[in-house]
Amino acid sequence: MPEALRPTLAGRAAVLEGLPDHPAVKAILAWNAAGLEDARFDFNELTLTIASDQIRAAAASLQAAGYNFFEDMTAVDWFPASPRFQLSYHILSHSLMERIRLRVLVHGDDPSVESITSLWAGANFYEREVFDLFGIRFEGHPNLRRILMPDDWKGHPLRKDYPVEGYR
Amino acid sequence: MAEPAGMPTLEAAQGAKDQHMVVNMGPQHPATHGVLRLVLEIDGEIIVRIYPEIGYLHTGIEKTCEAKFYQQVVPLTDRINYLDPLSNNLCYALAVEKLLGLEIPSKAQWMRVLLAELSRLNSHLIWLGTHAMDIGALTVFLYTFREREEILRLFEAVAGQRMMTSYIRIGGLSMEPPLDFLDRVQAFIHTFPEKIDEYSNLLTGNPIFRNRLKGVGYLSAADAIALGVTGPPLRASGVDVDLRRDMPYSGYENFNFVVPVSTDCDCWARYEVRLVEMRESVKIIQQALDGMPEGAVKADAPKIVLPDREKMKTQMEALIHHFKIITEGFEVPAGEVYQGIEAGHGQTGYYVVSDGTAKPYRVHMRYPSFATLQALEVMGKGRMLADLVAVIGSIDIVLGEIDR
Repeated sequence: MPEALRPTLAGRAAVLEGLPDHPAVKAILAWNAAGLEDARFDFNELTLTIASDQIRAAAASLQAAGYNFFEDMTAVDWFPASPRFQLSYHILSHSLMERIRLRVLVHGDDPSVESITSLWAGANFYEREVFDLFGIRFEGHPNLRRILMPDDWKGHPLRKDYPVEGYR
Repeated sequence: MAEPAGMPTLEAAQGAKDQHMVVNMGPQHPATHGVLRLVLEIDGEIIVRIYPEIGYLHTGIEKTCEAKFYQQVVPLTDRINYLDPLSNNLCYALAVEKLLGLEIPSKAQWMRVLLAELSRLNSHLIWLGTHAMDIGALTVFLYTFREREEILRLFEAVAGQRMMTSYIRIGGLSMEPPLDFLDRVQAFIHTFPEKIDEYSNLLTGNPIFRNRLKGVGYLSAADAIALGVTGPPLRASGVDVDLRRDMPYSGYENFNFVVPVSTDCDCWARYEVRLVEMRESVKIIQQALDGMPEGAVKADAPKIVLPDREKMKTQMEALIHHFKIITEGFEVPAGEVYQGIEAGHGQTGYYVVSDGTAKPYRVHMRYPSFATLQALEVMGKGRMLADLVAVIGSIDIVLGEIDR
């Protein structure tokens, strides 16, 4: 049966109090409680905000806790807010049949985070796509180049300040 | 176009005797199922490396979504995976309904399941026809397109369009299905299992088809999970995951069906898994027809769901709501949701971010072919060039959903 909609828990303290036994929360706390910056439980989806320099280690601890399937990764541009970019990783657990979202906030000038391709080889194309369309670099990616746009394209089309009309 | 560092150029290998040859396959090659370009490094007939080059069909749909009202995104979703349009509509509608907290009437949910399964049959029929054609068995293509034509007629009856249906809308369905629609579906699935036997008779015992697929394109379960492979290729590698059963949506928990799994991990396993899936889809459609509830096909949310034509012409409120939805859209509470479904090719997911306005702040689509394409190198490496054609056919990619 699909779960009934559970109440929203906003903020790190509320999630830690409301979901102390959640396997993902436990795994992150066991790894490094300071790396968890914020958390939110909304629409039955758990979002954990991770410090931007620790995403690879956090993902590794979740992978060890049974969140074995990297499903999706993308970015959101909150221009002109700061930090400008949000990266959203969706990771599924085949044993628990549950999905979590890891969220990383990245500053706008020369944005870069660690690649998770060493954990899941399948993140390769997703990170290339974010690099191509948002201009966020992934350190340690084996082949970071444009994937959807032509190689000589200027700019990153999914950024909010990318012009959508007029001549280039 | 300048080739990036790390990728061999077509010129680099020319003139040297001991070097590997680099050949270009696609983007117009008929066996690449669309505009997929593969740069292949080969040693004689043996594949050493595969570099997929994609983006030839990139139309910036994710960017376009940001300039549309929520309801205007529905027609865009059809165009992403044009072989499985109703699953795309369904996934997007479910994501936005989650943000809105809308209750969908049970008749609409059951109709959605029925249509999503018809759409899966449509997708699998095209896969089977083109896959067999790539291997050299042309007849099956003619057979599967005969049945696909009937499914497209059913889509046309219900939505007015054969391929770009946009029938599943936010809050339900666009309109009541025509009166004889369920009878026509019943007539179709009454004969369809015999048609599957027909395809199976042509292929399963065919020694050429068997030899071209058995043991070819090996993908271990660990590799499949690491590379993000979903859907029939994942289940053919022995991983028993199907979101319809494991994370049910749109009322799938009310249906009984078997999820086929094979541990052979090769192209033949993928063929067998999909054939069984087609039979199971027929069972789901039969259950949907038998238990189809009565009632409305749209949620009771006048500010979100367009009113019926008749009401719009006779009631003032309905006319106002219609005008407001068309000209201003409807506001969706701020938040972010991810909705995953099991589509014909694998796990489709829509990630919708709302900032509280009538237009989505960000829509991202996770489409299965994009991830599955990464597994091509693992499956094709060390095999003959001709085997690559069988592997591409067996993972069933659609370039529309890879490039978006």
